[in-house]
Amino acid sequence: MAISFDNALGVHQYTLGIRSQRAEVISSNIANADTPHYKARDVDFDKILHTATSRQRGLKMMGNDSKHFNLIALSEQNYGYRIPNQPDTGDGNSVDIQQEQSAFMQNALEYQMSLGFLDSKFSGLKKALKGN
Amino acid sequence: MSLFNIFNVSGSGMSAQSVRLNTTASNIANADSVSSSINETYRARHPVFQTEMAKANYQQKSSQSVAVKGIVESDGPLIKEYSPNHPMADNDGFIYKPNVNVMEEMADMISASRSYQMNVQVAEAAKSMLQQTLRIGK
Repeated sequence: MAISFDNALGVHQYTLGIRSQRAEVISSNIANADTPHYKARDVDFDKILHTATSRQRGLKMMGNDSKHFNLIALSEQNYGYRIPNQPDTGDGNSVDIQQEQSAFMQNALEYQMSLGFLDSKFSGLKKALKGN
Repeated sequence: MSLFNIFNVSGSGMSAQSVRLNTTASNIANADSVSSSINETYRARHPVFQTEMAKANYQQKSSQSVAVKGIVESDGPLIKEYSPNHPMADNDGFIYKPNVNVMEEMADMISASRSYQMNVQVAEAAKSMLQQTLRIGK
């Protein structure tokens, strides 16, 4: 029986991708902290993890014409806008830099955590292969 | 790989903030440049930031970088001062001073440099995340 990496790695292979996507979204918020009318965004972890894990069951559709809808892009619209803490900042920007910074830090730590889980999965596999 | 996009985003943030720092430096440097007519007087200039929304929407990306849309000159009133002994005074004895508010510029400078630092920290965090990913399984 062949080793199935999907089963062996479990959910951690997907969480890693989602964490990196979330890092990207939060870094956009930080870069646009002074842009007028920019609204801070974030990802919905539950929804995006569901999308990522259901994709492995082979539901991906091919597009062979430029007019076809990109179903993956449609299903990946899991971004929401943050509810601002103060009603008006004067320029329509809703980025709270402290909140974004701590969210980025938390996300980086969660990324490291997922990496740690994946790492121990790999070392477990290695141990099983070597058998000593 | 999406972590690499963070470098583009924070890089765009850094360049936008450095443009802002540049305009602040030019405003403070010219805060006392007098002239003898309204049209020749220096006016405070500030950048306008804009999200690169169209590009991000087109490529269905999760990252949105920032760009400097343009630099606008302040249309606030200039300071007209009666000083007939000044070498730059016009026929009626007036000189014109720029509409630069030095206090505002200093606060803007601090804000710009903090935002710049924040973007550098984001890039550093992304770098260490990538390096840890490269070390996986070793």
